[in-house]
Amino acid sequence: MAQVIPAEGDLRRVIGDGESVEDGEVEGLTDHDLIELYRGMVQLRTYDERSLVYHRQGRIGTYAIFWNHEAMQAGAAYALDREDWIFPSYRESAIGLLREMPASTILSWWRGHPAGWWNPLEFNVASICVPIATQIPHAAGLAWGKRLRRERSCALVFFGDGATSEGAFHEGANFAAVMRAPLILFCNNNYWAISTPVTEQTRADSLAAKAAGYGMPGVRVDGLDVLAVYEATRDALARARDGDGPTFIEAVSYRAAPHATADDPRAYIDEERVEEERRRECLGRYEGYLRRAGLLTDEMSVSIRGEAEERMREGIRAAEAEPDPDPTLVFEYAYAEGLPSFADDLAEIRALEHGDG
Amino acid sequence: MAERTLVEAINECLHAELERDGDVLVMGEDVGRAGGVFRATAGLRDRFGPDRCVDTPLAEAGIMGTAVGLCMAGFRPVCEMQYDAFSYPSLDQLITHVGRYRWRTRGAMEFPITVRMPYGGGVRAPELHEDSPEAYYAHTPGVKVAIPSTPADAKGLLAAAIRSADPVVVLEPKLHYRTLRGEVPTGEHVVPLGKARVARAGDDVTLVAYGSMVHVCLAAAEALTPEGSAEVLDMRTLKPLDEEALLTSAAKTGRVVVVQEAPRFAGVGAEIAAVLAEKAILDLQGPVLRVTGFDVPFPYWKIEEAYLPSADRVLRAARRLLEF
Repeated sequence: MAQVIPAEGDLRRVIGDGESVEDGEVEGLTDHDLIELYRGMVQLRTYDERSLVYHRQGRIGTYAIFWNHEAMQAGAAYALDREDWIFPSYRESAIGLLREMPASTILSWWRGHPAGWWNPLEFNVASICVPIATQIPHAAGLAWGKRLRRERSCALVFFGDGATSEGAFHEGANFAAVMRAPLILFCNNNYWAISTPVTEQTRADSLAAKAAGYGMPGVRVDGLDVLAVYEATRDALARARDGDGPTFIEAVSYRAAPHATADDPRAYIDEERVEEERRRECLGRYEGYLRRAGLLTDEMSVSIRGEAEERMREGIRAAEAEPDPDPTLVFEYAYAEGLPSFADDLAEIRALEHGDG
Repeated sequence: MAERTLVEAINECLHAELERDGDVLVMGEDVGRAGGVFRATAGLRDRFGPDRCVDTPLAEAGIMGTAVGLCMAGFRPVCEMQYDAFSYPSLDQLITHVGRYRWRTRGAMEFPITVRMPYGGGVRAPELHEDSPEAYYAHTPGVKVAIPSTPADAKGLLAAAIRSADPVVVLEPKLHYRTLRGEVPTGEHVVPLGKARVARAGDDVTLVAYGSMVHVCLAAAEALTPEGSAEVLDMRTLKPLDEEALLTSAAKTGRVVVVQEAPRFAGVGAEIAAVLAEKAILDLQGPVLRVTGFDVPFPYWKIEEAYLPSADRVLRAARRLLEF
């Protein structure tokens, strides 16, 4: 039986503020780990900021911004081993950067180019899930399957606060618990589902409180605190590996940017609150922590940022250098064994291409 | 060969496929301890254990969704939906993921999911136990659909579905689970997807059907005998559709009646009629006629006979064509 622990009222937090709140530490993390966490956050931040520019320049299509979500994404991913699977929603589109996925691949996805549809087996990163919450049962199924095969790997699935209103969340969480699947349900509660606040998604005291209903632990962490996120994920992973089943993590943050490039939040958002959130954003907070600990110098910061920017320059170059995809690719991959009608359809496309129509 | 009922043939197939391939597992509501509400999965849990014949929580979308993840872990799940209409919650996963995930990975990953469900009416059951939902499935890109009409095909098409690298939905005529017996090849038996079967040869009119309607057409063909000779074509697989068999029979008889139990509008019969209009127009002596269920919810079972296509309705359509 899974042990049920009540949701914590206060958010778990490690990073102080350099003034009244003292810095804590996470046992077992080396200086190297601390810098690698920073590197991951910078990679993601750079990806996000550059993508917004590329979108404005018309070089990528509609893009789901994840600015200020980097602590959740980098902290959770760093706690995993390479063999563990990540199931991203569109908000975690660039999570593969943390697993050596070329930036060009992700940029290609947002450019609608087939080069963006990666092989999940290569990175243990599932395909980007566009509909809300439906990837949760997939992650539960994969984790259950790994347990059946007595393999060591676990799964972590990212989803947002709005996703907890979906049936797929409920069914996925319940399946995971019943099957004792080694799964981490990682809820990025950024307060907003496009324009609907979390207070209108649920009457529960917290999203983590829902975990009790599935017989799994639910923990709440400060989603802007990469170390708290890391620690909570590491603990959940240890439970999963020990055969104790899934854990629900609610990481609390605030969406300080539009939902996506097509969204204008001025209609619904409190702009003062956004300004405040932007001032206490997660990367700056972590940088402060590292500097207070004497682990990060200006020189290192410049070098790590430079690395990330170069990766993006190379990424967009490579994405734009992809040849235009062959239109007949529309028939590829839909089936292992395609339909007989494809032959005629293909011939028609070819004829039109060659102006024989 | 051995004589089996349709549901026994399905059960035999599942035993054989789980024995043959350790990656195949059966999952669904009440499939384990109970052996399924129709006993299609009887004996599997005892023989292969609860991890390969899994009693799942009562959640059809969860069954379909976790099956996607199980495929990612290398399994070949066979999901049972307890009844036709109970499968509707799982359409979300089927449409948004099952039919798309292989494409999404550019063919790097396969999703060999088999979805089995009893379908169809004539069984005097409560509401939403008698639907014919094949069009929803057949319309979904990335998904194949088979409907057997005989015990032998129930075994063979299911085996083909389980072995297929593509997701396949198999609808089983529940009316005939126990009322129909037939010779079934013992041991491994595979009927390839996409190959129709001439259930009865004839010269004057073709009755095209699948699943339980094949038997209605066979009865109509018998009744027509003094006036004309009817061929009955059992499509067996709706997607891919065996156009060649369809066009061959249409060319031979020049007259086609398409019979389906499902509501008429945008049904599989409409697709079959469209193929004939596009490719057989010069062979046809008259219009392609449809005999179908009506565009209403499946009725109160006291009056279900009025809804279900009958041999008489098929006969009327065949006569209309012969006199055209």
